Amino acid sequence: MYEGPVQDLIDELGRLPGVGPKSAQRIAFHLLGADPADIARLQQALQKVKEGVVFCDVCGNVSEEATCRICRDARRDPGSVCVVEEPKDVLAIERTREFKGRYHVLGGALDPLSGIGPDQLRVRELLARISDQEVTEVILATDPNTEGEATATYLVRMLRDFPGLTVTRLASGLPMGGDLEFADELTLGRALSGRRTV
Amino acid sequence: MRVSHLQVSDFRSWEHADLELEPGANVLVGRNGQGKTNLVEAVGYAATLGSHRVATDLPLIRHGCPRAIVRVAVVHDGRELTIELEITSGKANRARVNRAPMPRTRDVLGILRTVLFAPEDLALVRGDPGERRRFLDELLVLRAPRYAGVRADYDRVLRQRNALLKSSGHARRAGSRGDIGTLDVWDGHLARHGAELLGARLDLVADLGDHVTAGYAGVAPESRPAHIGYRSSIADSFPAEYGTPGTRADREVLHDALLAAMVAGRDAELERGVSLVGPHRDELELTLADLPAKGYASHGESWSFALALRLGSYELLRADGNEPVLVLDDVFAELDRRRRRRLAEVAAAAEQVLVTAAVEEDVPDELVGARFMVAEGKVARHHE
Repeated sequence: MYEGPVQDLIDELGRLPGVGPKSAQRIAFHLLGADPADIARLQQALQKVKEGVVFCDVCGNVSEEATCRICRDARRDPGSVCVVEEPKDVLAIERTREFKGRYHVLGGALDPLSGIGPDQLRVRELLARISDQEVTEVILATDPNTEGEATATYLVRMLRDFPGLTVTRLASGLPMGGDLEFADELTLGRALSGRRTV
Repeated sequence: MRVSHLQVSDFRSWEHADLELEPGANVLVGRNGQGKTNLVEAVGYAATLGSHRVATDLPLIRHGCPRAIVRVAVVHDGRELTIELEITSGKANRARVNRAPMPRTRDVLGILRTVLFAPEDLALVRGDPGERRRFLDELLVLRAPRYAGVRADYDRVLRQRNALLKSSGHARRAGSRGDIGTLDVWDGHLARHGAELLGARLDLVADLGDHVTAGYAGVAPESRPAHIGYRSSIADSFPAEYGTPGTRADREVLHDALLAAMVAGRDAELERGVSLVGPHRDELELTLADLPAKGYASHGESWSFALALRLGSYELLRADGNEPVLVLDDVFAELDRRRRRRLAEVAAAAEQVLVTAAVEEDVPDELVGARFMVAEGKVARHHE
């Protein structure tokens, strides 16, 4: 145990995700020796993230203004909406540069063990958005795990009754650059059942 | 399939052990408490990622050490693969195959197949239904590693659904609707994963039944005939011949039956806050001439039945075309001479069998092969 403020800082850092006691200690001593200007910048950044960041009125993504950059962008197709669990999933799909539509961030997935049902997610906002706007396609891009699959199934049921709406689910299968021999049988089995003609 | 090399570090009582194993019989002899079982337990761990003695990994790590390492070289069809497992307390275990890290430890399942018979197996006959369900599921995974994923998915959906039933039950009693609208979704997922697990278990019992009956008649010819059967919580809603030799269960039929049972039993499930139908409520029934083995079988008969389940598993895997490594942990001492000889005959024909015994005389003469002396933290090959 260190004395006073140093230990407080280590404890606070240690509560962050992905930071263990060793890393917390390393970061704390790095900060202790850092240039005061660097510390001031970090302090400002921390403050801004709590005060300055809002969630987009339309899609629920993190944003600086009331409407996020993607929802403001007129070049993006408002007819196609990709539904994801978290803001970080938006970034992951953006990195592909494949998707030219807009997003809807649910803020999680159905998870009764943690007490999360449809009311804790931005499901109502999604339904309102589809009935108000010219949405023709919804891509369900929730995680391919138990909770994500359940959420996708739930949304499929909710979206069934919208006339003319296409609902698709991300394909699951083999990672690129992978080795068939070492692919687990669940993934390989799914890839096989979802195969396509070439 | 055989293990050509076993190496452990900080595993159980062993600081370090290194054995070159031979095809055919390998007998580990040593007084009690010298660590014979720990060595075959390591082989079993590399095959199933679990121990036959404890439910958690912590006891596997030598006291006071940060991690245990198990390294097993497996020869199959003339090809050698090395599995390396790092068991760490409080952190995710790591696996490597031929030095390449695996994204998930689960990916090593299927490289090594073992059938292990140990004194703990008496619980298969005398213990709770959960023991027998686990026996079936472990054998399923040995036959097709994919079922490790099916089982894990089923358990996860089951826990989520139970949580929802509990909270919706509370909400209903308080007069509100809660999240009951999503229950249909969880019903559907439970039925889908449940049908796959249930169907696989029924097919397994269909394939295994005759092997167990034959195995039992072999080790206990004077006793009544032994049979196994699968009792499902929804047995009334699918054809009675499912689970009997020569049949295949239709997953669609099981899916619809499970779904219908959930809809019909919804009130009771909400009342009690648990899922009342599905493979987690089922039972593998063991009978001796139509009487349940649990309660009616003598001590000797229970032993023979447990042995017959393992020998049946071994014969089934062999019939599938991938002969597993047979591991007999401390079992000869528990058997009378005739059963010993019967077991030795089966074992002597195996591609590889690992045997542990406290006293060399307990091991029947039919099992000639490599002998290892285990004492005081060392293993030494014994040369005649």
